[in-house]
Amino acid sequence: MSGESGPELRIIGFLCNWCSYGGADTAGVGRMAQPTDLRIIRIPCTGRMDPLFVLRALFDGADGVLVSGCHPRDCHYTEGNFYARRRLEMLKRFLPLLGLDDKRFEYTWVSASEGQRWQTVVTRFTEQVHQLGPSPGIAKECAA
Amino acid sequence: MFEGEAVTTLDELKRTMKEKLPELDVIIAWGQGFDPLHATPLFIRDADQVEQAVWNPLCVHNLATYLPWLKDKRVGVLVKGCDSRSVVQLLQEGLIDRDRLTVFGLPCSGVLDLSKVAERMPDDLGLVREVDLQQDQVEITTAKRTHTLEKRDLLPTKCLVCQYPNPVIADHVFGEERHPADPEQGRYFDLEEMEERSLQERMEYWKQELDRCIRCYACRNACPLCVCQDHCIAETRDPNWLRQEDTVREKLMFQMIHAMHLAGRCTECGECERACPMGIPVFTFKRQLNRDLQELFGYQAGTDPTAVPPLMTFRVDEENIKDRGW
Repeated sequence: MSGESGPELRIIGFLCNWCSYGGADTAGVGRMAQPTDLRIIRIPCTGRMDPLFVLRALFDGADGVLVSGCHPRDCHYTEGNFYARRRLEMLKRFLPLLGLDDKRFEYTWVSASEGQRWQTVVTRFTEQVHQLGPSPGIAKECAA
Repeated sequence: MFEGEAVTTLDELKRTMKEKLPELDVIIAWGQGFDPLHATPLFIRDADQVEQAVWNPLCVHNLATYLPWLKDKRVGVLVKGCDSRSVVQLLQEGLIDRDRLTVFGLPCSGVLDLSKVAERMPDDLGLVREVDLQQDQVEITTAKRTHTLEKRDLLPTKCLVCQYPNPVIADHVFGEERHPADPEQGRYFDLEEMEERSLQERMEYWKQELDRCIRCYACRNACPLCVCQDHCIAETRDPNWLRQEDTVREKLMFQMIHAMHLAGRCTECGECERACPMGIPVFTFKRQLNRDLQELFGYQAGTDPTAVPPLMTFRVDEENIKDRGW
């Protein structure tokens, strides 16, 4: 099943190994239907997230980027997601300056047992990105 | 500052530099550049060089940029208010040693943006013969004629909104204390102007601006806090953050690397934009991040040597970050 409307878009998901990746797995094992626009990259912890990962993805043609990790206070490494929260919030505020819609980027928290929640997150985010349509990106053709 | 007062300040400064020089390996000051309109960094090692030092609104360079490379030397450095914040930030990060550093602070009433000067005398960019710096006006005499310009029109963004005209750290201070600027349009008027444009217009704007970028990395090299230099991820092949191709996308990506690596560290000295030979407004990226970090965490870089930068710490319950439920 692709997104609700139009052709499939490219959405990149950065998922932490301990919670959200497990949560996505739980959703899969539970056979919960999900949009297929999301491509997952597993990271050790959201504390590994460099805001540049998101920018690079958006510049290179991703239509949306989702970062998901353990709930605050539940980080496998105790505090990785607290650092991530600060960086990602800063990034979300920064994107509009470049002319990129900040709705193309979200970060959220899903634990390994929350298969249902994962399904909701993916479906809602995919809908949100589909409403915006394909990203104008910083296309290669606009080179001088 | 105007001529008369600047002269007394300069005399006092030179006297102190001569006194301190025997204890120091080098004093970094400003000297006369290739024409009367330009100053240039001056490295003073001998007492007779002290006389070459100048102090006026043409002293645009942030001399703190040199400090991390002279960490093992006993260095004296001249700083304006904004430059002193870079010194504080370098101290905070342990990149320089306070014991070996002597700071000569100079309260400042604004430097000139030479690109704005050039804009106002477009058909006359030849040899400058004489520059007369008065309190509110600047008279520039070239081979053709004399241009009288209002100083206010020539100030860079950072001076229009300056909150730290006086050095925040200094061993010796020369000249009268200055008042912070009281910008009519607000401290972030440039960002507010940008916000009036649509997202699409903003992207077009950046594409046009960055199209000119020649990837000389002058912005990075002039930055007092870009201390990785030869180890910059922009030049590594593994990981290959930047492609070799000459596209706006890669140029913008480089600016993102610079801006993100300065988040919570940038002291808004504006050297990146001043150094840009193509006149690209790259300072805007850092101003945006600084405004966001101030709103989110109430933090301003380079004001307290003992502070912890906002992205190196956290609070379990963030006051200004709301959890967006799904």
